Amino acid sequence: MNFDPSHSKRSFSSVGTRPIRPDGVDKVTGRARYGADFNMPGQLVGRILRSPHAHAIIRKIDTSRAAQLPGVKAVLTAADLPDLTNGDAAMYDILDNCMARKKVLYDGHAVAAVAAIDARTAKQALKLIEVEYELLPHVTDVDQAFAPDAPLINDTIFTTGVDPKPDRPSNVSMRSQFGHGDVDAGMARADFVVERTFKTEQTHQGYIEPHACVASVSSDGTADLWVCTQGHFVYRQHCAQLLGMDASKLRVTSSEIGGGFGGKTHVWAEPVALALSRKAGRPVKLVMTRDEVFRASGPTSATSIDVKIGALTDGTIIAADATLRYSCGPYAGAWAEVGAMTAFACYKLENVRTVGYEVLVNRPKTAAYRAPSAPMAAFAVESAIDELAKKVGMDPVDFRIRNAAQEGTKASYGPVYGPIGIGPTLEAVKNHPHMKAPLGKNQGRGMACGFWFNFGGQTCTDLNIGMDGTVSLAVGTVDVGGSRASLSLVAAEELGIDYSQVRTVIADTSSLGYNDMTDGSRGTFSSSMATISAARNAIKILRERAAQMWDIPVEDVTWENGHAVAKGETHGNLPKLSLKEIAAASGTTGGPIAGHSEIVADGAGVSFATHICDIEVDPETGATKVLRYTVVQDAGKAVHPTYVEGQYQGGAAQGIGWALNEEYIYGKDGRLQNAGFLDYRIPVCSDLPMIDTQILEIPNPNHPYGVRGVGETSIVPPLAAVANAVSNAVGVRMLHIPMSPPRILAALEA
Amino acid sequence: MVEVTLWGSLAAAAEGNSKIEIEAKNIRELFERLRERFPRLEPLMARGIAVAIDGTIYRDTWSKELPAGAEIYLLPRLAGG
Repeated sequence: MNFDPSHSKRSFSSVGTRPIRPDGVDKVTGRARYGADFNMPGQLVGRILRSPHAHAIIRKIDTSRAAQLPGVKAVLTAADLPDLTNGDAAMYDILDNCMARKKVLYDGHAVAAVAAIDARTAKQALKLIEVEYELLPHVTDVDQAFAPDAPLINDTIFTTGVDPKPDRPSNVSMRSQFGHGDVDAGMARADFVVERTFKTEQTHQGYIEPHACVASVSSDGTADLWVCTQGHFVYRQHCAQLLGMDASKLRVTSSEIGGGFGGKTHVWAEPVALALSRKAGRPVKLVMTRDEVFRASGPTSATSIDVKIGALTDGTIIAADATLRYSCGPYAGAWAEVGAMTAFACYKLENVRTVGYEVLVNRPKTAAYRAPSAPMAAFAVESAIDELAKKVGMDPVDFRIRNAAQEGTKASYGPVYGPIGIGPTLEAVKNHPHMKAPLGKNQGRGMACGFWFNFGGQTCTDLNIGMDGTVSLAVGTVDVGGSRASLSLVAAEELGIDYSQVRTVIADTSSLGYNDMTDGSRGTFSSSMATISAARNAIKILRERAAQMWDIPVEDVTWENGHAVAKGETHGNLPKLSLKEIAAASGTTGGPIAGHSEIVADGAGVSFATHICDIEVDPETGATKVLRYTVVQDAGKAVHPTYVEGQYQGGAAQGIGWALNEEYIYGKDGRLQNAGFLDYRIPVCSDLPMIDTQILEIPNPNHPYGVRGVGETSIVPPLAAVANAVSNAVGVRMLHIPMSPPRILAALEA
Repeated sequence: MVEVTLWGSLAAAAEGNSKIEIEAKNIRELFERLRERFPRLEPLMARGIAVAIDGTIYRDTWSKELPAGAEIYLLPRLAGG
């Protein structure tokens, strides 16, 4: 489904407007139902027992005392979850992460679960479960785990991507490499070189709503799961496979979602809740506490990144090199690989090489986090780029403009770019009033660029026209950022009716064909393509019905602005028929009118952003205050500009928190020390200025309206933009994220 | 016959070939020919491969035709957050 070039100058009726969000009233009045708001008659309370150790063999689990406690209806261990993964290593890791089988691999790893009549009884039952551990040496730091003499976490892991295959297991599960040209020769020609090593600490997505679900398994083998998720179809597939169920017998309904950012693309407690319900014969509600969310779900990688970039005196980057080590928790991952692909994607480079290493550590299984892996790579590269611009003697924006990728550039990760927006975002920043505003004492300004791929994927949509002419749109991509409003606008645009006449709902897994999850900035991109297709199919039927009502050939009927219009000399004088009129007559013209669509929405356009940050640093305390922040990003076409701006602001806010405060802190005992929002501080409104946004629209040639994904790119530049601002404010290059006050003071005193 | 470029790690598993000429009319055929010719690619292919055709990344449309003269680049199949 290609972009219609006429749309670039088209005046849209609905797309591009800013109606009030359809889910807004329910959310501000408390009527919206999130994961923990669903209840069933007779439901039990599920609770999970978690390991207090970072690394240990499970010698024995005695659940007998817990099982005998009055009010306990089921007790579960890994023995109740047989391995049905049939050699699928990734699924086995998910199974082992949901319930430890032989070893516990991190502080917080699940070892047993109970279902009881109330929370008090469930909590009491957990205390009666006796687990005998044999402690093993642990390692939680990515660099220490990378060392050859590090404690070995998994003796079945042999590094892939190296030749020959290693004869010893290690904590490095994979090496990946990208690039082109001759980096060493290029570097030898460089007049200026910057070479640095950067570190970023592990952060959590920080969604406000903890993981929550209600599972109900019937004695006939059918089951229902109500859950807070970014992808209920994927959850169904995973849960069904892990529990040996037919996918069609498990109906999964997604709740409203209080934030996901990638952390709700993975199953954690849901298979356990289903297994408890199956064993107890009653519904089970399982809600993770905040402590559990931090200890056992979702963090992104901690990283250690070496960057070396060389430039000529005229400001041309002649060679770029990076080695990226990303932690992936105690299981194999592919996080450094993504960092290696995105690191230099903003630039036109003759010689570039990136090498990624996936490093196992005794921490929770790494999960996707909004443009996963890209922000850390951008921090390292954009910091070095800034330093190199200074060495060359160029303004950092001009230096980037000189080296920016453009249409036809061979990307650092391989293919040639189509039309892209990095150059326009840089030009917009260069001309932005923010860049010219004066700075005061102890204040610094930084800017940085970022890239994300964006994805499409499998998508299925139903559009049903009621007899009153209003429209129900059923989609399978969970609305995490306002897609219901955007998709209603798209349906209204195609049908030629008012936005208020369309209601979009998220259908459950038994009501619609398979949909990939809402990740990769695909929700509005892919479901809008499916909606356009479904609407056009419905219009085809509307034209047929109008032809029937007029008793003329369908070829003589066109669809214009929400009406069937008869064409030609013979029929041209017929009064047009509105969608409402055709719908009202549908009972006698062939029955319900609907449009259906199932597509693979490949062709998502890559996305670029450039951010500007002003910051003030207190040199006595190391405390920082973000004074001003501006986001410039290419949206392709902004379907609902307010939501697009919200995505830009949200990504920037998360990135600022990551840059300045957020980090997992582990003790020498391998235990997480700050598993709560008091000690793990995400930014609140009073920490942030108003984040200004500027939407650019460079159409994606693979979408009918030119839409690109917008959800993730906005978190890529902030780590670097803030670091460059702090570095400029204090006169010392900041190399370690987060730049918390102690770390800034240490840098000043070094 | 189309020319296919492999990313670094994939090239290592394809006997060091970073560019391969192969007879394939679409992505499905391309994957079949690659499996036949380089069995060591299997673990990487099982993990997932995407195909960039003239810069547009295709993850799932295996029926997509490979036009003669197009730039065809194999990449890891990625997901987002």
